[in-house]
Amino acid sequence: MTDILVNSEKLAKQYKIGEVVVNALGGIDFKIETGAFTAFVGPSGSGKSTLLNIIGCLDKPTTGKILVLETDVSGLNRRKAAAFRGENIGFIFQDFNLIPVLSAAENIEYPLIMVQKWPAGRRRRRVSELLEAVDLSAQADNRPDQLSGGQKQRVAVARALAAGPRMVLADEPTANLDSETAGRIISLMRSIRDSFGTTFIFSTHDKRIVDKAEQVFFMEDGLLRQEGAA
Amino acid sequence: MIQILGLASRNLVRYYRRTLLTAGLIVIGVVAVLVFTAMSGSFKDHMIGQITDSMLGHIQIHRQGYVASVESLPLNLNIKPEMANQIDDLLSETEEVVSSAPRLKFAGMFSDFKETTNIRLNGILPEREHRTVPLLADRFIEKAQDDEKPLLTEGGILIPQLLARGMNVSVGDMIVIVATNEEGSVNGRRFTVQGILEAVTGPGGRDGYLHIDDARALLRIEGNEINEIAIRIRNIGNTDNVRETLIRRLAEITGRPESTKKAALEVHTWDQLTPFSNIAAMIDLLDIFVRVLLVGIVMISVMNVMIMAVYERIREIGTIAAIGTPPARILWMFISEGFLIGLMGTLIGTAISLVIIQALNMWQVTFAFGRQVITLAPAIATSDILLIGALVLAISVVGSLQPALKAARMDPIAALRHV
Repeated sequence: MTDILVNSEKLAKQYKIGEVVVNALGGIDFKIETGAFTAFVGPSGSGKSTLLNIIGCLDKPTTGKILVLETDVSGLNRRKAAAFRGENIGFIFQDFNLIPVLSAAENIEYPLIMVQKWPAGRRRRRVSELLEAVDLSAQADNRPDQLSGGQKQRVAVARALAAGPRMVLADEPTANLDSETAGRIISLMRSIRDSFGTTFIFSTHDKRIVDKAEQVFFMEDGLLRQEGAA
Repeated sequence: MIQILGLASRNLVRYYRRTLLTAGLIVIGVVAVLVFTAMSGSFKDHMIGQITDSMLGHIQIHRQGYVASVESLPLNLNIKPEMANQIDDLLSETEEVVSSAPRLKFAGMFSDFKETTNIRLNGILPEREHRTVPLLADRFIEKAQDDEKPLLTEGGILIPQLLARGMNVSVGDMIVIVATNEEGSVNGRRFTVQGILEAVTGPGGRDGYLHIDDARALLRIEGNEINEIAIRIRNIGNTDNVRETLIRRLAEITGRPESTKKAALEVHTWDQLTPFSNIAAMIDLLDIFVRVLLVGIVMISVMNVMIMAVYERIREIGTIAAIGTPPARILWMFISEGFLIGLMGTLIGTAISLVIIQALNMWQVTFAFGRQVITLAPAIATSDILLIGALVLAISVVGSLQPALKAARMDPIAALRHV
């Protein structure tokens, strides 16, 4: 039997902009299995990012239910949500979002110090392992402004994986990368999933990700139009 | 915490121009406060020293009610010989007391055979007076006396400068003092002017001096009756404690209660006897005002720089919040930055202040007020340095609290979307 990592029932999110109510999510049901390589695909404003934010405990649904790792994350307060994210979820952002004053190695180490409080020796071993996994051992001491876009995103991938999360949420991870680099990043994430069993959930327009995803949800106007596999 | 401080210090280096500017403002504030405190403290100590060491002494003893009616210099509130001897013995047994000077103060008429005016006079024992108020000797504008003999000899009188100028009297001139004693009989005696004293601010600053035996003869007082005892103690900072001890022990001698109203004798510290204590209090108030300014400088500088830091790093805050950094740790990250700026400003400011204070001591800064020349010897107590440092650090933390709270409470989604 396959484990269900994310289970959503009638998940809805409404925003109020002035007097106008926007239905970002219109009551959607879906399930994501553990270890899946899943993509939410759709045009801008289709609700992909809102959905990822709710799965990532950054936002709360207006109605409906969402269980992540069997936890109803819609009921978590700020502090508990932060702890849940730190424990279970890694994030990869479109703009890499590395901390500019820290080196590549220190950026990867950051969640292990500030979120997890790992001991120094264990941290060093983990960082070294991840730098090797993303092929950046030679750039370990470089600051983000000394790295290329692809290298930055590889550091971001390593940072997302640092604390050994059960899933990684990636919001348009290849949007700011050239085609070749984007391809390498996707392959890297897929190989990490294959090696460590980490679940990857993407919001994307990138056909290459869609092609590599095992589970694809097509979204439009806050609704799931179609579920399929590549 | 070390990691948070490390990250905070890197962020300060990242915006090093702004960090230096803010720390520079704090440095200026710390230097201003420490140097001002050192200078004003030196000025205050000098002025207090002038007053206590040239006329008042540190503590004075009188009969009950004497100070309240001191303007009329009453002779009916004299301390009788037996009591004066007992007090003398008590003071010589009191370890904190360096010396004491009995005085017989009275009002008289001063005549140079052509004109007459009034004068306030102190009958003194010159050697004991010199030991108790050593700077009295420095007030001589003109002096006939041999330097080896302190102040004056019997038959001589020291008169204040204004009187000498007004009456056109010089050292060596013969004058007459006429005084009325307690019984109302009038007596007069001739004296030779042995010195002219510079007038100083405060009670007794325009008094004349003569030998106590001459005073008693003029007032037809038998025995060593006095009406004031000036006391010099080892440590001026200890006057209140010595006063309390004396009140207690004097009560044992007189057999009267210690309470102020019922006691036979009254004991006053220098600051209870001179209006300069108000000026000293004003200097202290000014000191507090300068510290309040420092608080303002630090608060505004740190708050400004931290508001900017939060504003410029909204996306970064969103990122660290998204990856699970607890809000409390985000709060500490920003507070640490404010704390480190304050620490840097305090350390550099203190170092510069100590150098300036040392330099001022080497250059011997002097101010002349008439004949009175004040050479400032600025010094700053370790407790003051620690107090100012603690104040700056506390205000730095308080100043960074609001921006830090804003960062800690920031909605990660809004922060990540911020452009």
